[in-house]
Amino acid sequence: MELVEAIILSVLAASTPLLIAATGELVTERSGVLNLGVEGMMIMGAACGFGAAWLSGSIIVGAIGGMIAGTLMSLIFALMTLGLAVNQVATGLALTILGIGLSGLIGAGFVGERIAPAPHLTIPGLTGIPLVGRIVFGEDAFVYLSLALVVAVWWFLYRTRAGLILRACGDNHVSAHALGYPVLRIRLYAVMFGGACAGLAGAYLPLAYTPFFIPGMTAGRGWIALALTVFASWLPGRLVIGAYLFGAVTILQLHAQALGLGVPSQFMSSLPYLATVIVLVLLSRTRSGGSTAPAALGTVFVPDR
Amino acid sequence: MRKTILAAAAALLLLAGASGDASAADKLKVGFIYLGPVGDLGWTYQHELARQALVKEFGDKIETTFLENVPEGPDAERAIEQLVRAGNKLIFTTSFGYMDPTLKVAKKYPNVHFEHCSGYKRDKNMSTYSARWYQGRYIQGQIAAKMSKSGVLGYIGSFPIPEVVSGINATMLGALSVNPNMKVKIIWVNSWFDPGKEADAAKALLDQGADIITQHTDSPAPMQIVSERGKFAFGQDSEMIKFGPKAQLTSILDTWAPYYIARVKAEMDGTWKESDVWGGLDTKMFEMAPYTNMPDDVKKFAEDTQAALTSGKLQPFKCPVVGQDGKDVECKGGDHLADEQVLSMNYYIKGIDDKLPGK
Repeated sequence: MELVEAIILSVLAASTPLLIAATGELVTERSGVLNLGVEGMMIMGAACGFGAAWLSGSIIVGAIGGMIAGTLMSLIFALMTLGLAVNQVATGLALTILGIGLSGLIGAGFVGERIAPAPHLTIPGLTGIPLVGRIVFGEDAFVYLSLALVVAVWWFLYRTRAGLILRACGDNHVSAHALGYPVLRIRLYAVMFGGACAGLAGAYLPLAYTPFFIPGMTAGRGWIALALTVFASWLPGRLVIGAYLFGAVTILQLHAQALGLGVPSQFMSSLPYLATVIVLVLLSRTRSGGSTAPAALGTVFVPDR
Repeated sequence: MRKTILAAAAALLLLAGASGDASAADKLKVGFIYLGPVGDLGWTYQHELARQALVKEFGDKIETTFLENVPEGPDAERAIEQLVRAGNKLIFTTSFGYMDPTLKVAKKYPNVHFEHCSGYKRDKNMSTYSARWYQGRYIQGQIAAKMSKSGVLGYIGSFPIPEVVSGINATMLGALSVNPNMKVKIIWVNSWFDPGKEADAAKALLDQGADIITQHTDSPAPMQIVSERGKFAFGQDSEMIKFGPKAQLTSILDTWAPYYIARVKAEMDGTWKESDVWGGLDTKMFEMAPYTNMPDDVKKFAEDTQAALTSGKLQPFKCPVVGQDGKDVECKGGDHLADEQVLSMNYYIKGIDDKLPGK
């Protein structure tokens, strides 16, 4: 039983950065912008977040620093794709490469430093409950924040007028523009939100997961977050399932190896990605073969004068 | 008018190129290909320290360049060629996976000399060098058996290549010599460097009952997790004690500087020849970090073993080496396994209850 509790705790921690980054990307893509720069924004968030936390001594300052770094990177993206109508795919990829390199430069001065990791919640009496105590009442702030974020985004997209307008921009920006909505400005806010989430997700890694900074520490998680957004059919509820599924398979394959189950490790390493692809195939079969992407995703919008 | 300008531009370029060559002929250009970031505080960091030692030793007489984060595989070939075309005459490729790309480029440029780390393919202008880390692993295995309360060692492996497998076997041979009931749990992360995954692997091993962790991956993440949980671990490649002041028992420290200085000197003297250096504790290609966080009698035991390994009195792969199937491995090196046998080891010894991936 202790092992099950330990596994669930590890899964929650591993899935949290994916969930936060994917939630931000979901909002961005719902507004019609395909932001492939998530990995670059995440790692910039990691570098700047760690730097801010180390310099200030506070995890909260670090988290805010990470969010600001991600937002600034996304502003570059917004300037290019929304202001100058540059191809979104190319810009996103360029930003990823820029982010990875720039974070290495910024973070070089912090390599080798350690900080105290984000504290875990402890409620006397509740946290001590065997099996569920630590899972429900003993997580660090980022885990609770990630779940609150998903609920907030769901409520925003489906229960507010602003969310409806944002979805309209993503489904048919020409009609939205004809109705008088400021499509570019809405997309700008969505891109900034996505960048902030990516930065926060990146900051989670050196602030709570492995409390040091090393260049390249996101190791491709941004790409996984992108895949999760598609996997979730752009629905926040499915996003939670996808993120935890991916995290679970990642952690379980390590445990399976340690238990000596004898399955080749290379196959186990590929399981999370395999599971994602299988679920994607199953999902697309139930949707009458069509894609559920926002119809205007990735198309550049230039308002006619 | 345009033709004149073009001609002048071409002449200028030629002049610049020629003058560039002239100044380059004075300095020896040495290039390095790194697998990870120089800030990994592990494998690449130690190579970088050696490169800095080179700069200190030779000052103005050499000019060094390095490319970091070069992935193993086809792209490595492009990176190595880039160094060749930039005028580097001696190139160090610092990872096993660069073996075939280095060989390919070596065949194309017979006048450039290549040094490949931890591989086994050579050519007239391509040497190999490595360190007998399995000696250090044997010591670590003994320490682990003495320090472990649960009798389970956790091993974080990168890829199931002979170098890593022989490391696991050497560790267990050391552990079993102290505690014949020692067990090991092995996780392969299929990467040399992935701090998040290494941390997850360390957590999984600790959750499953291991209380000493050793790694063949390059980041300090496992040491940090172990330190948080109050257990012990061995660092890898460099001193990871900063990340686990009360957790690190020792670490295998790669010390490439003496070898690099010797090779650059040979290149400058014109005496560089293809060679294969596999140095052990006696040649100081690697060292053991100070033995910390252990009782004095364990420390003395480790130091005695180290002395015996250095002098050659003790051989980690002393025959008979018994494989997992219970049969003795054929002994080709006298009283211990021959070098080629260790370099191509692709089986577990008896006492490891796990299956090697790919068998």
